[in-house]
Amino acid sequence: MEESRKWAGWSAITVAAVFAASIAQMAGAQQRTAVEDIARYRELLQDGNPAELWELRGETLWKTKRGPKGVSLEGCDLGLGSGMVKGAYAAMPRYFADADRVMDLETRLVHCMVTLQGFSLADAKKQPFGNGTDRKSDMEALVAFITAESKGVPMNVGITHPKEQEAFQIGRSMFFHRGGPHDFACATCHGESNKRIRLQDLPNLLEPGDAQRAYTTWPAYRVSQGELRTFQWRLYDCFRQQRFPELEFTSDGSIALTLFLARNANGGKFNAPAIKR
Amino acid sequence: MTRKTILAVIAAMALIAGCATMMSDAEVSKKSLQVMKSSFKERGQAKLDRLDQDEVQAACSLYGTPDKVPKDVAQRLEQGQLKAVRYPADGKFVGDWKAGETIAQSGAGKQFNDDPTRPSGANCYACHQLSKQELSFGTIGPTLLNYGKLRGSSEETRKYTYAKVYNSNAFSACSNMPRFGHNGILTEQQIKDVVALLLDPESPVNK
Ligand code: HEC
Ligand code: HEC
Repeated sequence: MEESRKWAGWSAITVAAVFAASIAQMAGAQQRTAVEDIARYRELLQDGNPAELWELRGETLWKTKRGPKGVSLEGCDLGLGSGMVKGAYAAMPRYFADADRVMDLETRLVHCMVTLQGFSLADAKKQPFGNGTDRKSDMEALVAFITAESKGVPMNVGITHPKEQEAFQIGRSMFFHRGGPHDFACATCHGESNKRIRLQDLPNLLEPGDAQRAYTTWPAYRVSQGELRTFQWRLYDCFRQQRFPELEFTSDGSIALTLFLARNANGGKFNAPAIKR
Repeated sequence: MTRKTILAVIAAMALIAGCATMMSDAEVSKKSLQVMKSSFKERGQAKLDRLDQDEVQAACSLYGTPDKVPKDVAQRLEQGQLKAVRYPADGKFVGDWKAGETIAQSGAGKQFNDDPTRPSGANCYACHQLSKQELSFGTIGPTLLNYGKLRGSSEETRKYTYAKVYNSNAFSACSNMPRFGHNGILTEQQIKDVVALLLDPESPVNK
């Protein structure tokens, strides 16, 4: 696949035009929910998903010799053995004996960048998210590439190791933890079925069907932001709306919550990077 | 040992290891708060103390969703919250519905990227249908269309509506609706203005 061809295939102008059209329709007399809009929008975008650009860049980053030690990430063990990428994401977060810690994909990548490539921890963690314009994140590109390699694989997150069980319990407790000036918890917005905020449908993340649909479609290319966004970013931004402080990338709390949600999505076929509003 | 017994022993060991780490609810909440405190960083107005809970938040988190709260616990929480409602000193509960509509539309306020010197909105439309014109409304709360028309505007209704917005939990423990006055999201005047949005016959809610 050639990068420039892909870009031309779906120029930013087409995207903007389609988006504007769908917003104009939304404002019309007929009321539709965001999900229906997105479905329509996907049809119009049959051409492809810009997320592929992130996947390509991530594949290059994965294979390129980098860092003070000048090695590639191909020796990184994502849980299925060194260099095994296919299907690895569908079983993460998981316990890694070499680090004696439960890790999500990003935390594992940071671990490998430090131990294999010799990057400092600060360098490996420095830009988890793109800024929406010129400063793209290498981490998001790597995540796009690796998650794409689990397309079609059913989610299969285990809680057999005691540390995985502990993470699951903590993640669950965080999901229900009300706090801040608004008394919000994840459960406020994602604890009941068939609810929405404004026109945005809210998945009930405690219910398998919704949890699967939500979890298996991240990362996603966000049309409104012109960025590929990871699940980590989704959590970060929901905590902002929850009026909580800033969630720290690769923190134990973020891993525990991710494990809880990933586990709730077990059985669902992974299908990302996707495209969203 | 046969393969089968070895497998059985491994399974039993896994079970014991598993049980050893299953924490009680209280232990989990304690551990979870510790983990959370080390997983967030303060930014702007959003300090780490936002993770600490008052009595209501702690109790409600324990039961999960509002429908799971036992009746006696709910009653106790509601009584406590009702006692803490501070009514306007001038005895007036109703302000300007136009200002109320602006407040009901705005979702700004209290996020780490919000300017703390600017007034907060309440984003009532995020959860409630309020007027026929606004089609972009959420469904977390019940529809409030024609609220004033249906309830009239007796002193009792005005006082209840003010108190409900001031502290939703005073009437419905563990409500998903924020306690706008109790937690200092809205000022007294702002609450009067959204009460006007609900009760004023000229407001789009009652048209
Ligand atoms: C104040 C409301 C609110 C709170 C609290 C909240 N969210 Fe969300 N969440 C939303 C909204 C609105 C969306 C849809 C956003 C969109 O479509 O742009 C969403 C989307 C999501 C999605 C993606 C769903 C999908 O299908 O793409 C996930 C996953 C999620 N939230 C998880 C969480 C978790 C975990 C928490 C707690 C840390 C949380 N949310 C707290 C409002 C909230
Ligand atoms: C995050 C969601 C949310 C927001 C924001 C919200 N509400 Fe609610 N509201 C609810 C829920 C859920 C209920 C039902 C449970 C209850 O009574 O507390 C409710 C109930 C109510 C009721 C009681 C209705 C009755 O039949 O007595 C009133 C009045 C009300 N809301 C007004 C408002 C106003 C005004 C605002 C904005 C200032 C607002 N709400 C913002 C969720 C919300």
